[in-house]
Amino acid sequence: MKILVPVKRVLDYNVKARVKADGSGVDLNNVKMSINPFDEIAVEEAVRQKEAGIATEVVVVSCGIAACQETLRAALALGADRAVLIETTEVLQPLAVAKLLKAVCDKEQPNLVICGKQAIDDDANQTGQMLAALLQWGQATFASKLQIDGQSSVMVTREIDGGLETLSVELPALVTTDLRLNEPRYATLPNIMKAKKKPLETITPEALGVDIAPRLKTLSVAEPATRKAGEIVADIATLVSRLKNQAKVI
Amino acid sequence: MSILVIAEHDNRALKEATRNTIAGAAAIGGDIHVLVAGHGCESVAQAAARITGVSRVLQADAPHLELQLAEDLAAQVVPLAADYTHVLAPATAFGKNFLPRVAALLDVAQISDVVAVNSADTFVRPIYAGNALATVQSIDPIKVISVRTTAFDAAAETGSATIDSVPPTAAFGRTRCLGREIIRSDRPELAGAAIIVSGGRGLASKENYHSVLDPLADALGAALGASRAAVDAGFAPNDAQVGQTGKIVAPQLYIAVGISGAIQHLAGMKDSKVIVAINKDPEAPIFQVADFGVVGDLFELVPELVTAIG
Repeated sequence: MKILVPVKRVLDYNVKARVKADGSGVDLNNVKMSINPFDEIAVEEAVRQKEAGIATEVVVVSCGIAACQETLRAALALGADRAVLIETTEVLQPLAVAKLLKAVCDKEQPNLVICGKQAIDDDANQTGQMLAALLQWGQATFASKLQIDGQSSVMVTREIDGGLETLSVELPALVTTDLRLNEPRYATLPNIMKAKKKPLETITPEALGVDIAPRLKTLSVAEPATRKAGEIVADIATLVSRLKNQAKVI
Repeated sequence: MSILVIAEHDNRALKEATRNTIAGAAAIGGDIHVLVAGHGCESVAQAAARITGVSRVLQADAPHLELQLAEDLAAQVVPLAADYTHVLAPATAFGKNFLPRVAALLDVAQISDVVAVNSADTFVRPIYAGNALATVQSIDPIKVISVRTTAFDAAAETGSATIDSVPPTAAFGRTRCLGREIIRSDRPELAGAAIIVSGGRGLASKENYHSVLDPLADALGAALGASRAAVDAGFAPNDAQVGQTGKIVAPQLYIAVGISGAIQHLAGMKDSKVIVAINKDPEAPIFQVADFGVVGDLFELVPELVTAIG
């Protein structure tokens, strides 16, 4: 069984996004970039399936600039076997990424694709579902538990409003990860060294014959209105008085 | 302009998020139709027909639509979408699950989590956990949009639209639902609650989360929320998580108890009308967004607050 995991290079989780002065976007110069946390959970899950003897190969794929190689190496250090970079300097939107990944899936023929449920930069929460639709595969989004049943199906517990839902999806299938699926390991130094020698193939969108032209034009990016500083009150009696008489919310 | 809104419902009742989404559709302007896809969902179609601004309700009723799996729902929406300029759904777990499939099958972009409508093709959406607001213009013939429900006040119920049935599309058949565990609660739903009491790591245990917060939520008729730290630690259920990747809420009053206020949490609640923070650490970032803060031991302060509210 082959598992394919797309990974995205994003502004690190712990770095606060700063809007550029000219309103053209968020400043990504000289800031720490990392693998999208949900994608890291996806890589971890795929590697666990391999360690359990269920998967035989884990392929990681990234779309973007040459620096995405670092993101792929990070995924290889977690235990993925090989990597594919679809290299382009164009701005990629979720539909374009889904089309690129579909082209890779047509070539690689994975049994299962595990995606992060959303990237923490554009917060779109689209790519996995779009890819599943383009492949005409079944999907299970926001997974908190995943169990592959033989070669035929995957059982997934999903986090939905009000509770949990369990789906059985015939393979090939697509799953997107939620936070509680697993806790990714830290890459050890020997594994980081080993990752440098693992195969990494680079291809272009043109070679895949995919039109990646953006469909959305970003006209401007602005800082949201900030809340004005509040008041530290001395005690509960004052708090209750403020809530009743000033804010009138209780 | 003609807009198709996909209703969120459980075959018995229309979810409030649908009314917020219809308000989003009204902000775009044009003829608004609502699709109710389900099984035995007449009462939902009737409820949708009463919503202000809706001119027509399309009801697709079939056994395989009862669970509204993403594959089936997308297949139902796509052939209908050709007649519309916009397709809208709420940006809830429901909408997020199926709507991107619709967009991909129509070969158009999706605009996620829209918080404002500038024109029929230009929308505002938060990115980077709400630390930036992007204004985007779509060049696609059909705009597929998920609506952040907290950004639009629910549409009223003064309408009387016609209800027409549409033929159900074939079932996908390769995804089966084995079961749903829905936790029944007497408390209001987090998404639409007027008051939310939310707990974080500071509560230290599941027992404390309930023994401290339940009486306060009872006294205020509030919904219970949690930070990611509290959910990860098992204090609160998954769907209680407020934040960038959990629920986005904007109640009249949000009381954060033992929550430090990571940017990912603030992304989910900073549009609340009034924010109260109770935390022992005066440097906690939550105080930077709180209207009123109390520094001290939550295990003393929260019971005191319950008594003071009466």
